[in-house]
Amino acid sequence: MKALAVDKSFVERAIGATALVLVALGPLIFRGYFAHTILTQTFWLGIAAASLIFLSAYGGMISLAQTALYGIAAFALGNLVGRGEVKGLHLGYSPWLSVVLAIAITTALGLVFGAVASRSTGIYFLMITLTYAVIVFYFVGQTPLLGGFSGVSGLQDYTPGIVGNPVAHPNRLYYIALVTAVGVYVAIRYVVRTPFGISLMGIRDDPVRMGSLGYNAALHRTLAFTFAAFIASLAGILFGWWNGVVAPDHVGLSATVDLLIVAVIGGLGRIEGAWLGAFTFVVINNYVRGFGFLNNHFFTSLGLDASHFATYIGVIFLLIVLVSPDGLIGLWDRLWSLARRQGGAARSAAAAAGATAPRG
Amino acid sequence: MKRPAFDWHVVVRRLPLGVALGATAFALVWVLFWAPKTNFGPAIHSPSAFLLTLLDSVTLAGLLFIVASGFSLIFGLMRVVNMAHGSFLLLGGYIAYEMQQWMTNGGGLTVFSSQVSAWEWIVPAIVAAAAIACLGLGVQQLFLRWTMGQDLRQALITIAISVIVADQIIAHFPLESTVEKGSAVNTSWPGSIDRLVNLHVAGVQYSLAKLSMLALGVGVGIALWLWLYRTKTGMIIRAGVDDRQMTSALGLNVQVTFAIAFAVGAALAALGGAVFASYAGVNPTTDGQWLLYSLVVVIVGGLGSIFGTVAGSLLFGLVYNFSVAYLPTTGNNCCGQYPIVFTFALLAFVLAFRPHGIFGRPA
Repeated sequence: MKALAVDKSFVERAIGATALVLVALGPLIFRGYFAHTILTQTFWLGIAAASLIFLSAYGGMISLAQTALYGIAAFALGNLVGRGEVKGLHLGYSPWLSVVLAIAITTALGLVFGAVASRSTGIYFLMITLTYAVIVFYFVGQTPLLGGFSGVSGLQDYTPGIVGNPVAHPNRLYYIALVTAVGVYVAIRYVVRTPFGISLMGIRDDPVRMGSLGYNAALHRTLAFTFAAFIASLAGILFGWWNGVVAPDHVGLSATVDLLIVAVIGGLGRIEGAWLGAFTFVVINNYVRGFGFLNNHFFTSLGLDASHFATYIGVIFLLIVLVSPDGLIGLWDRLWSLARRQGGAARSAAAAAGATAPRG
Repeated sequence: MKRPAFDWHVVVRRLPLGVALGATAFALVWVLFWAPKTNFGPAIHSPSAFLLTLLDSVTLAGLLFIVASGFSLIFGLMRVVNMAHGSFLLLGGYIAYEMQQWMTNGGGLTVFSSQVSAWEWIVPAIVAAAAIACLGLGVQQLFLRWTMGQDLRQALITIAISVIVADQIIAHFPLESTVEKGSAVNTSWPGSIDRLVNLHVAGVQYSLAKLSMLALGVGVGIALWLWLYRTKTGMIIRAGVDDRQMTSALGLNVQVTFAIAFAVGAALAALGGAVFASYAGVNPTTDGQWLLYSLVVVIVGGLGSIFGTVAGSLLFGLVYNFSVAYLPTTGNNCCGQYPIVFTFALLAFVLAFRPHGIFGRPA
């Protein structure tokens, strides 16, 4: 039976390894814009989406607070490292200390957020985390002390030595983001294999039974959310260096929805989907804006010219949710099983001469 | 009979309630007797300021109820979290504005309320509600009817719709070519209610328009209650909330009821939009703001319950206004963030001891 069918996970690993080799050589083979704008953004956006997908796939929690959490990390970083010329608190700490503190602050807030939401599940959890997202947006916007509505800027000037100025040395940030992304992927794959990860999945599937077995469901959800906040904070640090500026708009409702769109495009069931979705989103976002044929009177009068790009993203998002709720990964899974079923059908026709035909 | 030893579990279990009561008591004492460095000072020194804040809270709660009851109605019956509720509200607000402009020949400028008759406010509100009811009906029939029961997928669908609607609003509204697209607009209250009335309590003069808004909220609440508890459709809706399959198995057409309830919920959002356009004006960020408000009200009050929505609206209105008025105002780094922080605190408090909200039940 197995001889004919190629092992699916083998194919996936081959594709993954090829992609990894390609991006590892990225700056050598791609144009600078593609490597430093598209791919670096894919890496950090994918990390943020991975934190969302981790919660969704293994904890059964769809969190809309991940954008807010990475925004908190970036805001904290900006306020901690900044000196006089940037807005915010300009505490002027050393870059490494600031990075560690920003991650710690975000993770601690993740613990608080997670604890408050931990007894809610499903759609309630989604709503509560959306509330966090909007609350963080208004809080950073309305607190002039922390940067206020224009946010904090100049983050690229206060990076650790190994990063350097991302504008002058974009390759360094590229590789740091790549390594972090791979590290996050490995860490998540590791965590879900630990006893904690296994019991988290048990709580996802049947919280009542796990509760009666003595597992504390709320505590597991809280800790999972805290871990996801830690991952999101890494994305926030990379985002801060990459973008140089963090403003309330970067954590607003549309940014929150964008991250959800990234995760849904990739697929909420598997971690790999995070970077697949991020890449798809970033490519569409960067290139469709330049589609000149949209900029004529007809499209403008309909409100469909290239500046109304959000409409196109919304329609694509809607189509994906309607057609393949598991995103591109789900589409791949389905295509694969379809192909295998057809192959299986041919085999069972051949075997039909024998005894009972096996099902494909 | 020996009394059992001191039981820590009881203490831990009752801790949230104790903390909530303590915080409420502290807030009361603070507002009534203490409140240093605030704009008004404690309530016993300045009862009129206290009364004004209270009226602001209750009238805001009226508007909150109009919007959030639509959200709660849709969720209670269909388990659909309508993330496009804010976008429906915003579109409703712009439609009401355009209608009022058209009726009063405003030409893109805000009309004075003295030039607005009662009908020139009521008709735009009704037109907005009807238009959004149709839009909601279309969305429900096209996208939500066949995805019934997949609540997260439906939430994602409504998020996609909200993205599209919000972006198309910026593309088209306001319709006047003299005004930049995506500008903030506001409608005007009718002249007959846009004035202050003397309440003869502590010499307070208060806006009749805001009191009318409260009356409208109460009216909507009573109408909803009569509809849900005194008519056959309402009975079917309540039966559907409790057990959708059983209701359907009894031969009642649940799909028609779903469609009606969704249209009514969307219409309430648009009505809220029409009111808010006069209360504070609408702009392209209003949708996110009101999605937050609706979420907080129904999460605090409990989803799918009229009384929960009333309680949530009142609590949110009180916290929102009192946190601005009765907290110290020091320096210029102040006050904008207070309502947000306290909204979060309210949410955390309620969820700590009622994970499904005050009047909510597990789904």
